[in-house]
Amino acid sequence: MTAVTLHRRYRLPADNLTVAGVAVLAVLVAVAILAPLVAPHDPLAIDFSAALSGPSSDHLLGADQSGRDVLSRLIFGARAGLLGPLLVVTLSTVAGTLLGVLAAWCGGVVDAVLSRGMDFVFAFPALLLAITLVAMFGPGLSAPVVAMSIAYTPYVGRLARGVAMREMSRPYIHAYRVQGWSGWTICLRHLVPNVLPLIFAQSAINFGYALMDLAALSFLGFGTQPPVPDWGAMINEGASALLQGAMLPALAPGAAVVITVVAFSTVGEGIADRVARRQR
Amino acid sequence: MGAFLARRLAGLVATLAGASFAVFAAVYLAPGDPASFLTQGRSASPEALAAIRAQYHLDDPFLVQYLKWVSGALSGDFGRSVQFRQDVTGLILARLPTTLFLVGYAGLLIVLAGLLLGALAALRPGPLDRIVLIGTGVATATPSFVAAIGLISLFSVQLGWFPAFGNGTGLTGRLWHLTLPAAALALTFAGLLARVTRASMLEELAREHVEVARSRGVPEQAVIRRHVLRNSLGPISTVTGTVVAGLLVATSIVESAFGLSGVGQLLVSSVTVKDFPVVQAVTTLIVVVFVLANLLVDLLQPAIDPRLSHGQSRAL
Repeated sequence: MTAVTLHRRYRLPADNLTVAGVAVLAVLVAVAILAPLVAPHDPLAIDFSAALSGPSSDHLLGADQSGRDVLSRLIFGARAGLLGPLLVVTLSTVAGTLLGVLAAWCGGVVDAVLSRGMDFVFAFPALLLAITLVAMFGPGLSAPVVAMSIAYTPYVGRLARGVAMREMSRPYIHAYRVQGWSGWTICLRHLVPNVLPLIFAQSAINFGYALMDLAALSFLGFGTQPPVPDWGAMINEGASALLQGAMLPALAPGAAVVITVVAFSTVGEGIADRVARRQR
Repeated sequence: MGAFLARRLAGLVATLAGASFAVFAAVYLAPGDPASFLTQGRSASPEALAAIRAQYHLDDPFLVQYLKWVSGALSGDFGRSVQFRQDVTGLILARLPTTLFLVGYAGLLIVLAGLLLGALAALRPGPLDRIVLIGTGVATATPSFVAAIGLISLFSVQLGWFPAFGNGTGLTGRLWHLTLPAAALALTFAGLLARVTRASMLEELAREHVEVARSRGVPEQAVIRRHVLRNSLGPISTVTGTVVAGLLVATSIVESAFGLSGVGQLLVSSVTVKDFPVVQAVTTLIVVVFVLANLLVDLLQPAIDPRLSHGQSRAL
């Protein structure tokens, strides 16, 4: 559910900042999907005669040390840059919501076991878990994505548990129980839909964090492997060009990461604000 | 208090036991034969393989291996590095000063910049508040390696004020070499702390007791210091747990970006060549420090806010 559908659903005026965030994200997704049509060059085409050349009409953002077009690599890099966090956020949101609502609904021993389990996973910072899994299974997209999904699940789970507990203390849940509705129906049709808006707000913010963490892993050489274009890997390759005076190969993907993360956190905070205003 | 401490310590030991087990089991579960990992894919003679299997106790049952490793770790022996052919403990100790200096330097910058900017934004609404809000919004979205690249391109390449690589020697040399890495490490977390400080102080400023203190004629400075800042320290101290965890891992990225030989860079280079004894040791150390830092924050909470006695804080 995007901020736009939420807006329609709750009939609240959308603030400009959130709209701008959604617009930036829409452009990013479109660029990632349409990369082959939008990119001016083949992102893998090597042309040593253009190596480290600055911005020109042919290469708008210049070329990297192998003469590959920086703009085209940036555009194709949006694919890996968005796909990884999308997987992490989807997996952790589904698992976290399930575990959190289950803990809140069952209470007692189930709640205790699930909550202690989530506390335990908290002891591993997400990046550290990812680095450990890379050590075991080797670099690539899959080990970091699995590790980050595990590490992000307790964040969603704690939030889902807290919101579900609060919702369950409201009279409507009790009213459904008195009417004899089954636990499944109340959970799926009434409890979960009321928990989800806040979870989505958190997931949008998590998307930005996951993107930063995955880009950091690529920067270290643990994530998406070259020559596939990836923002983190581009920054790593561009770092050596930096000392030769070519700024754009490293700074352009850096700016792309920052803009994307700002857009995601703006949208996340916008959704959270809206939910809070609606509940007041 | 005693019961609380006992319970927290028991939880701590359980977490550390579980974490060390998970870290050790991770290597055991890794696909392939540990011995072939330890030889890094080079073909080794059967005798050499047997020697490696004996040295790392690979022929023992899994639980025996784990217990041997834990008892060694408790007495400061994490085994030998495959990559460097040295004791892991010595490798870590040699790199610890750089990392501690970097993390301490960054921590200082985070607390100074975060608290100052956050307080400033809360107390001076208007353009200044907006500027800080936008600035910290961008800062929290800038991962440390992007900050590192930006700082190198501006201050090392363009202006030539700071070196882009190396540890430096002596106190001034270290300060000079580690300023950019510390700034890169601090940026994200300073932004986060500033935002939390601002929100927490604004919440406190809107409370009635602040209004009462002002109407009693308490000087504004004392109101801010005694009534606003003191009361807003709760959320600020909670977020430090997150900051510590982030710092410990981000330092490995910053050390790699600036070519510093610290513990984080040791972890990264060991992962690259699958030097498992080092990976196990550094990972365990980071988890230990992180868990201890969170325990410390929990213990400090009642000192900051006496309303939170330990019995209650557990129930929350």
